[in-house]
Amino acid sequence: MITFEQVTKRFPDGTTAVTELDLDVPEGEVVVLVGPSGCGKTTTLRMVNRMVEPTSGRLFVDGRDALRIAPHELRRGIGYVIQAGGLFPHRTVTDNITTVPRLLGWERERATRRARELMELVGLDAVVADRYPHQLSGGQQQRVGVARALAVDPPILLMDEPFGAVDPIVRARLQQEMLRLQAEVRKTIVFVTHDIDEAIAMGDRIAILNVGGVLEQFATPAELLAKPANAFVADFLGEERGLKRLSLRKVSEVTADPGPVVGADASAADAGRVAAEHGTDWVVVVDDDRHLVGWATVDELGDAARLGELDLQQPRLFVYAENSLRAALNAMVSSRVGVAVRLGPQGTYEGVVTHEILSAELLR
Amino acid sequence: MEVFADVVAWFTDPAQWDGSNSVPARLVEHLGYAAASTLVAIMIALPIGLWVGHTGRGGALAVNVANVGRAVPSFGVIILVVVLAGIGFLPVLIALVAFAIPPILTNTYTGVRGVDATVRDAAEGMGMRGWQVLRHVEIPVAMPLIMAGVRTSSVQVVATATLAAFPGLGGLGRYIVNGLAVQNYAQVVAGALLVALLALAVEAVLAAIQRLVVSEGLARANADAAAEARMTSTAA
Repeated sequence: MITFEQVTKRFPDGTTAVTELDLDVPEGEVVVLVGPSGCGKTTTLRMVNRMVEPTSGRLFVDGRDALRIAPHELRRGIGYVIQAGGLFPHRTVTDNITTVPRLLGWERERATRRARELMELVGLDAVVADRYPHQLSGGQQQRVGVARALAVDPPILLMDEPFGAVDPIVRARLQQEMLRLQAEVRKTIVFVTHDIDEAIAMGDRIAILNVGGVLEQFATPAELLAKPANAFVADFLGEERGLKRLSLRKVSEVTADPGPVVGADASAADAGRVAAEHGTDWVVVVDDDRHLVGWATVDELGDAARLGELDLQQPRLFVYAENSLRAALNAMVSSRVGVAVRLGPQGTYEGVVTHEILSAELLR
Repeated sequence: MEVFADVVAWFTDPAQWDGSNSVPARLVEHLGYAAASTLVAIMIALPIGLWVGHTGRGGALAVNVANVGRAVPSFGVIILVVVLAGIGFLPVLIALVAFAIPPILTNTYTGVRGVDATVRDAAEGMGMRGWQVLRHVEIPVAMPLIMAGVRTSSVQVVATATLAAFPGLGGLGRYIVNGLAVQNYAQVVAGALLVALLALAVEAVLAAIQRLVVSEGLARANADAAAEARMTSTAA
């Protein structure tokens, strides 16, 4: 959808912001440009809509040579979202959103109708339609910025640190909403951030850039975390690479260990045998519907005839199929026996996630 | 108190309300000089201010040249222009225009330059062309400052147009110049009073116009900022 071919940008003061960049942004994907300051990520993004002119190289947007299209025409077909929204302070929310439709000569009524649609899409309450930007919260301003960029339904969206000006809690929510929105609208998005965690959360692919606009690695988040191309990338990804990889995977993607499980009717002797078979000193007790009754270590069972009658211990945390493996790890380290108990949607016992399962996953 | 009674007597004299030397006639003349000068000043200063502000080129030069007009005493300019160009409306107009340009030019330039870079960036990034950025974004956002410049210039010009009477023109300055000549101080005070009232009226009318042409979004943002500044200063 967007293709950089040997694109270089040198500024008049002699600094090279982007060096012979080859990059292909596939249709319908979110490509995140990330790197330290001075890595040319914003310059790269701004070359797509020619807010910055490349010094050399070729640039294709939607199959067309972008350098041969009049900049203002190119830009009207590309949504543009910048930090803090860049909203027009003198225009209401509705008038901000309808900026491009009105440039293109839409009738007011059609534009207003479109604005209402978009406000709903980005989760803005209709009551803010006639408010001015300074009356909105940071999160609301950012939503207006996204709605404005989507106004004429452009196939491409450029987002330059769009969530940089809001607090971490709002940022996390905006990221989630953006992903939900993207699942719906399937735009080709180029997203710039300096935050590697945001890049991992938002990107289908991540381009890691080094100072001077040198592309160090272009890969999916999982590939990047599993096989960083070099020391720079590994360093940029940070020390908690394993944890970040786990956060990308879901509990449903690994096979849980059945665990040392016994019925509520079993005796202490049965429990001892099952535990021994599994090489543990504890058992999980379930009832006839496979609902979890609790767990116990073998030596606290004594000579009980029926485990279901005992006052068993309860795990502090459970995990479900849709949780991340990182959440499973958290449950494991919070557990006295070092495993995460996985439950099904109806609360049935589905096994345990063990340290060995996570390690095997990271080694793959 | 004697002067006060004389002034009241002057105003209540039916002679002031009829004929070419009447208060209404002088008021219209005065307003005419002021309006003509302000309009010419706007026609000169506004395009230059917008252009310089929009392109960012030659700003310092334009503002400095404009400020030369502010530094030269307007009475001196009138005398100089009269000496060079003779008696008439034109020299007065030139002097008043030179006097009215600096606030409008400086404020227009400052207002347009002061538009938040991210706002301008967003406008260009959405595909506005240069003149569209100016028309849809820079002018409306700069409007509070532009109007402030127009108000300052207008009030100054209303006050300064009094000087038009020295080289023999009309306007409210006539009362002052003639009153001084014949030592009729009641008339001098009455003239000065009329100039002051006219200046206040012009200011009020322009303030009303400003409320119409400035977006509510900016007016309220500015009011909020001012309120905040007041609170901060009270707290400190």
